[in-house]
Amino acid sequence: MNANTDYRADEEGFPRLSNIGLTGVLVSFADQLSEAANRAALAFRAMIEAESWPGVEETATSLTSVYVGFDPKQAPHAAITAAIRAALEGKDWYGAPLPEKRALWRIPTAFGGKWAPQLEEAAALAGVPPAEAISEITQQTVRVMTIGFAPGQPYLGQLPLNWDIPRQSALTAKVPVGALVVAIRQLVLFTAETPTGWRHIGQTVFRGFRPETPDPFVLRPGDEVIFEQVTDTVLENIRAQDSSGNGGAVREDIR
Amino acid sequence: MTRGLHVIKAGPALSIQDLGRPGHMAQGLSRGGAADRLAIAEGAALLGQDIHLAALEMAGMGGVFEAAQDMRIALTGAPMRAALDKETLHWNAVHILRAGQRIEIGAATRGLYGYLHVGGGFATPEILGSRSFHIAAGIGAPIPEGATLPLGPDPNATGKPVLLDVPDRFSGGDVRISPSAQTHRFSQSELARFQATRFVRTSRGNRQGVELSFEGAPFAAQGQLSILSETMVPGDIQMTGNGNPFVLLPECQTTGGYPRIGTVLPQDLPKVAQAAPGTPLQFTFVPIETALDTFQSPDEILSDLKRRCAPLVRDPHDIHDLLGYQLISGVTAGNEPS
Repeated sequence: MNANTDYRADEEGFPRLSNIGLTGVLVSFADQLSEAANRAALAFRAMIEAESWPGVEETATSLTSVYVGFDPKQAPHAAITAAIRAALEGKDWYGAPLPEKRALWRIPTAFGGKWAPQLEEAAALAGVPPAEAISEITQQTVRVMTIGFAPGQPYLGQLPLNWDIPRQSALTAKVPVGALVVAIRQLVLFTAETPTGWRHIGQTVFRGFRPETPDPFVLRPGDEVIFEQVTDTVLENIRAQDSSGNGGAVREDIR
Repeated sequence: MTRGLHVIKAGPALSIQDLGRPGHMAQGLSRGGAADRLAIAEGAALLGQDIHLAALEMAGMGGVFEAAQDMRIALTGAPMRAALDKETLHWNAVHILRAGQRIEIGAATRGLYGYLHVGGGFATPEILGSRSFHIAAGIGAPIPEGATLPLGPDPNATGKPVLLDVPDRFSGGDVRISPSAQTHRFSQSELARFQATRFVRTSRGNRQGVELSFEGAPFAAQGQLSILSETMVPGDIQMTGNGNPFVLLPECQTTGGYPRIGTVLPQDLPKVAQAAPGTPLQFTFVPIETALDTFQSPDEILSDLKRRCAPLVRDPHDIHDLLGYQLISGVTAGNEPS
């Protein structure tokens, strides 16, 4: 079986198609994160969703790729692949605009101290003193580049180049819900208590996944976020008073 | 009196499961649902009902359950010791429970996940279109002792008890896989070695995935540290940092950056999910075209299974109190052991 199995060797260049098992195709727009590849992925998925392709059961984006899951009984593998290739050729996806109906979120965040013990370590890796690290992060508007890993969990970016810091080789056993962590020019705002290799630099009371509500996934790809520094005491007061999961965050529409 | 099924004693991991919540991967929520999806289809076929109805998943061990109303039940998945009063119950079969009767379901004799289905399905609350407990996402809750599980209306209440002859998928063995996004990053010789390796399911595993161990060097992919996180699906075989492969199951994370050598065919995934710690597993690549030949949609699986259901004939050896049965006008055959 080995000799005549088609392992689908790399295609040249991007966008690139590969199979994910029997029922999925992955459309990759780049093998490194870039603004343009991220926008391409968001726009390409939005197009398939808007057109409701027959037989397509599920689509999702990661940072620079789109997963297309389908029922091969309704939509033969070859037909899906051909439809994807035709759609890719029809447009400059890298030049696509950001999604519509985006929101800007301001999320109160306590940096360092007892809630976020790895701020100093991360700042040192980024080559700046902790206070400067905080201002670099709070003064920039970051964008939700993808939601993934856990329900409603945003990957936000991109931070300045000095934040291209590696993940830790050992995992932190547990960070709480609302933890703000950093690595590879991205921030993640955890929606579940979890082990992680990213460094814990801030803490919020924001829950990005609220299964008890009718709209449980709070953030959407393309949304923008400003993390606003608050003291530990302010964060504790928010925690004491907030049961909604909003954690003092303020949302406004981007027009 | 409350209707439903009382949980008198609960094994360590009872949960309500159906086919899960497709459609939320883009929001980071994996489909979840029954660890062994085929068992859900078998229960629906046995009871003659919809494949989307929910069942009770019993990991490793069942419990003691009391019927608070007359009901039909079916038992599927990993075979477990089961008894109604003192009569042993057939696995992969339908049984009638009268109000007040108790069934006792013990440990799995092979495999991991057993399922208790009821006519009409369990009518626990739906969240995002499913009743499945998604442990990793914190949706729903495990079923505790003392709970009463409500039942939906049985669409086929007078259905005759039937059974299914189910091929063994509870003892590991050969598993077919298809190529995935990073298969080409492994050399031909690594792919050959992977297929020649005998793996064993370790004690690390849950509804998110199971770890495999093996003798030999880790399987290395080219550029494996620079892979950008991409979408992952159940069945993907991930090469993790410690070199041991992890096969992803229904509650897996939706994205990940470890290289994946291949993806277990959906039709073979129950065999991996049902592999208890220590069970041997081996993998063979099959071309996508071949794999698609044996791929069935859930509806096709259900109608095939329905055709295979046969009437459940009571075996005299299973009847606990033979003398209590009126065989011919109150006269027994006369040759029972005394």
